[in-house]
Amino acid sequence: MSTMNDTMLATIEADAGLKAALQQSRIDVIGIIRDSGMKGRGGAGFPTGVKWNLAAGVHSDKKYVVCNADEGEPGTFKDRVIMSDWPDLVFEGMTIAAYAIGADEGIVYLRGEYTYLVKQLEECLQKRRDNGLLGHSIQGKEGFNFDIHIHMGSGAYVCGEETALIESLEGQRGEPRNRPPFPVNTGFKGRPTIVNNVETFAWASAILSKGADWFKSFGTDKSTGLKLFSVSGDVARPGVYEFPMGITISELLNQVGGEGAKAVQIGGASGHCVPASQFGRTIAYEDIATGGSIIVFGPERDMLDVVENFLEFFQDESCGQCTPCRIGNTKLLDGVRMLKRGECSMKYLRELVKLGQTMQIAAKCGLGQSSPNAFLSIVENFQNEIMGRIPASA
Amino acid sequence: MTSKKNNPCADGTCRVPTSQRPQTISTDANNGDIGALVTVVIDDQEVKVPMGTTILEAARSIGVKIPTLCYHEDLCIAGVCRICLVEVEGQRTLQASCAYPITQPITVKTHTAKVRQARRHILDLMLSEHYGECYACFRNNNCELQSLAKEYGVDYFRFGHPEKSRHKIDRSSYSVVRDMDKCIQCRRCVRTCIDLQEVGVLEALGRGDKTEIATYLDKPLGDVVCINCGQCINRCPTGALRANDPTDEVWAAIDDPTKHVVMQTAPSPRAGICEEFGMEAGTPMTWEMNTALRRCGFDKVFDTNFTADLTIIEEGTELIIRLYKTLVEGDTSMPLPQFTSCSPGWVKYIEHFYPERLGHVSSAKSPQQMFGAMIKTWYAQINNIDPADIVSVALMPCSAKKFECNRPEMCDSGYKDIDYGLTTRELAQMIREAGIHLPDMPKSDFDDPFGTATGSGVIFGATGGVMEAALRTVIELITGKKVEDFYEHADIIPVRGFEGCRYVELQIPEEVGPVPDLIKHLVPNWDWVKGATLKVGVAHGTANAKKVMEDIKAGGKFSECHFIEFMACPGGCLGGGGQPIPTTPEIRAARARAIYAEDAAYGKAGKPRKSHENPAVLRVYEEFLKEGPCGHLSHKLLHTSYTPRGKFIG
Ligand SMILES: Cc1cc2nc3c(=O)[nH]c(=O)nc-3n(C[C@H](O)[C@H](O)[C@H](O)COP(=O)(O)O)c2cc1C
Ligand code: SF4
Ligand code: SF4
Ligand code: SF4
Ligand code: SF4
Ligand code: FES
Repeated sequence: MSTMNDTMLATIEADAGLKAALQQSRIDVIGIIRDSGMKGRGGAGFPTGVKWNLAAGVHSDKKYVVCNADEGEPGTFKDRVIMSDWPDLVFEGMTIAAYAIGADEGIVYLRGEYTYLVKQLEECLQKRRDNGLLGHSIQGKEGFNFDIHIHMGSGAYVCGEETALIESLEGQRGEPRNRPPFPVNTGFKGRPTIVNNVETFAWASAILSKGADWFKSFGTDKSTGLKLFSVSGDVARPGVYEFPMGITISELLNQVGGEGAKAVQIGGASGHCVPASQFGRTIAYEDIATGGSIIVFGPERDMLDVVENFLEFFQDESCGQCTPCRIGNTKLLDGVRMLKRGECSMKYLRELVKLGQTMQIAAKCGLGQSSPNAFLSIVENFQNEIMGRIPASA
Repeated sequence: MTSKKNNPCADGTCRVPTSQRPQTISTDANNGDIGALVTVVIDDQEVKVPMGTTILEAARSIGVKIPTLCYHEDLCIAGVCRICLVEVEGQRTLQASCAYPITQPITVKTHTAKVRQARRHILDLMLSEHYGECYACFRNNNCELQSLAKEYGVDYFRFGHPEKSRHKIDRSSYSVVRDMDKCIQCRRCVRTCIDLQEVGVLEALGRGDKTEIATYLDKPLGDVVCINCGQCINRCPTGALRANDPTDEVWAAIDDPTKHVVMQTAPSPRAGICEEFGMEAGTPMTWEMNTALRRCGFDKVFDTNFTADLTIIEEGTELIIRLYKTLVEGDTSMPLPQFTSCSPGWVKYIEHFYPERLGHVSSAKSPQQMFGAMIKTWYAQINNIDPADIVSVALMPCSAKKFECNRPEMCDSGYKDIDYGLTTRELAQMIREAGIHLPDMPKSDFDDPFGTATGSGVIFGATGGVMEAALRTVIELITGKKVEDFYEHADIIPVRGFEGCRYVELQIPEEVGPVPDLIKHLVPNWDWVKGATLKVGVAHGTANAKKVMEDIKAGGKFSECHFIEFMACPGGCLGGGGQPIPTTPEIRAARARAIYAEDAAYGKAGKPRKSHENPAVLRVYEEFLKEGPCGHLSHKLLHTSYTPRGKFIG
């Protein structure tokens, strides 16, 4: 796995961003983040500056900054690399966010499997407290008090969804809430809360340190900046990479030794499966978005195995709350297994495609809304492979 | 944010997970104030609604019907079934209208192609997991899932249909039967139990496709802290929850010529059963039902109100003894406040959750059980019937009564005091099976010797009713005057209503009367209550009971009460777990009106409205319970004891 030393993120000067932020007004800090055009690095791609601004605009005696380090998407491990290599950058970003929105408490929701990182992270937090980077009147800024603590995740993938994460923080079953209202309004303990991805906070530090224009010099108009990618699957050099947004899939494959791939799953289990014919497309919010997971499939792979795997994952990982997701994923999975056995009629396959489309718009949270993506894109893009499995009589 | 005043979520006291509660919307982010009007366009109709109103509420207000399953007016919002989806202009995904508070002008379409397709899919998905045949289901024709399948034209099982049962039916409880094969996981029962009732024995267990609605640790319902209130049954949209139904056994008894089958009917079923026959809620059917019961084959039809009156005498006497002991003799062995004991759901609740407070609970049995004991003793004696041949059936609005009559201690007559408890729904079923259309029945009276009851017995069915009945009697016994001198038409309005916890103070006048003969041996005079303030409380729904109990623990105003009425069910017995389905605040209010109208009718007809004026009750004390209220025999037959159970189950 790459050690990531040759990345931009590795060159960011420690706490320069925080110091720069504290020289400016809260509004200006939010303005810089907004100007940078950065969108959330956790997958949903919501503009970070807008989110901070919404939370900043709500009056409340208490606000929270939550770092989403649940990283449960299969094939994703870039947040773990950031947390172990540059935890300061993340805590710094959280501190900047706290200053910007007026929060005094930060929580890192850390994936259960990453417990081994806790000791190192706690040491890092203590050092920051000792150096006046956390605690009371941070860096001499009168009235700016902020501290961070770590909360261990409960092991469910859905707890990465921000409202389920908040439920879990409150000690409840990790189940997504109804929205609206959104966490920026009614979050942890009913207070305004921003939830951002680990990487989002790290880049926020970089942006405050180097400026919005520097960030915008990478990527495309609509997808600014650099981004980390976790590359896995049938490639010569799997690992975590930093690429500018807007990179084409084929360029990416060249860099990681994935030439000759049959398909690439972009965005993890909940993402889209792109066939070789579309490798000219770009990884960007305006084209194919991702939280960072890139899974490469070589020519030998059976796409039905791939989608079966994903759907098994969702069948287990759905929180089980809403009908389209709880039962829908099972129906899609059963359908894929019928296809594999040559027992799925064309008519039923069409019905399942419609069901997948319903799930995309009817499920309560992002999990159920995106769980059919892989199925739908494989049915669409690998028709030859699929049609061969439909019994002739049907 | 919610506009529901009665909903416990509104005052932030409920224990439902935050994800299933309406969230607060702060004003700042929405450039407006809560309560300010917002304009919404729903299916091309414009309507102004207060900010925070949900799309569902807004649509209903203009007559646009949106289907629902997990939504229930009494409960917090869940937003899980997704059947109520609508299209909101500008949003990629469909929105659950029950869970979408309106905070800005929006345009909504409720039945676009996308919406219809999604609803069909959701129903098809539910049916693909739903094992059950409508014609073998007690909810046939009154099932929300079935009605929606019809409304949305489900004509085949698009995603299949289970051919085998996957869940064992849980029949461990005397009261509630759980058939999870029919469960659609709307979680209304979960929210009912935890939020409306604050008992919390039901929860969602597991994740993904393994999610199930289960009891604590998936134990049989009979082994957990379920209080048998049946509120979950009344709010289940399907046949997954039902009461334990003894109609076959009751028919068998009727068919057996050697058995003398007697029925007692409580006031609430009489106010509710009309709903089972398609009539408007709140149409009393007392007299028609008497005829129907006789035609079904019951040998005698009695009025539970007789023992409601008896309860008032026994419980009222016990209260006077408690007050005298505590206030005059300084003996604290019988603590104040005294708690009522007629709601078996409440009794089991306190046994589980506040066992250390059982000493407060009146030892008087509930009217149902008193009646059972009287039938198999006095009634058998004066009619020369062998009690072994009597089958005693009780028509109750309540599922907890089924548990109560099976308590081992309820055999004081030497036999099982009550053999079967029937719910309103089950009796309606029997009446239908007998080919009878209840509303067409001629009217007829109750049978003697218990025939005449009083209006005080009738109002037992509504929250505050036991208290009002007790006060009517206590006031008259102490003052020697008519309640009407203090309260117009003897209506003690302050204790009525639907507010969850009520606290009322009544001034006892300086002028008291002589101690009536009935209780002369217990207190020498009334001097000790002259000018005193009588403090009473009323709570309905165990969530409210819990509030009162916590207040007492904390030494709040309820700890100063002398007497508190507790009913396990919201609204009192009229909202009981055996009443017709559905239940809503409006339906419960209509039933309450029927009950108070019956009480008022007693007054208009010149019949007694106070328990101590009931001639049959007075006769019983003359001929049978000769030592008077709380005497030796009445203690044996009409009083009981309780079991401290605790919350923890092995
Ligand atoms: C099922 C599901 C799982 C998610 N898991 C994660 C996760 O592990 N880490 C993460 O940062 N965001 C995850 N998200 C996205 C979060 O809900 C949220 O959008 C994100 O934390 C916001 O941060 P960002 O704007 O910085 O990306 C998940 C979303 C869904 C629907
Ligand atoms: S979409 Fe799936 S994970 Fe999300 S709320 Fe529904 S059941 Fe839970
Ligand atoms: S629960 Fe409803 S749909 Fe299911 S069998 Fe009973 S009546 Fe039919
Ligand atoms: S009967 Fe009452 S206590 Fe028992 S599960 Fe149902 S709601 Fe809960
Ligand atoms: S038992 Fe009834 S109320 Fe409870 S979740 Fe199932 S269908 Fe809903
Ligand atoms: S009724 Fe709205 S989601 Fe169930």
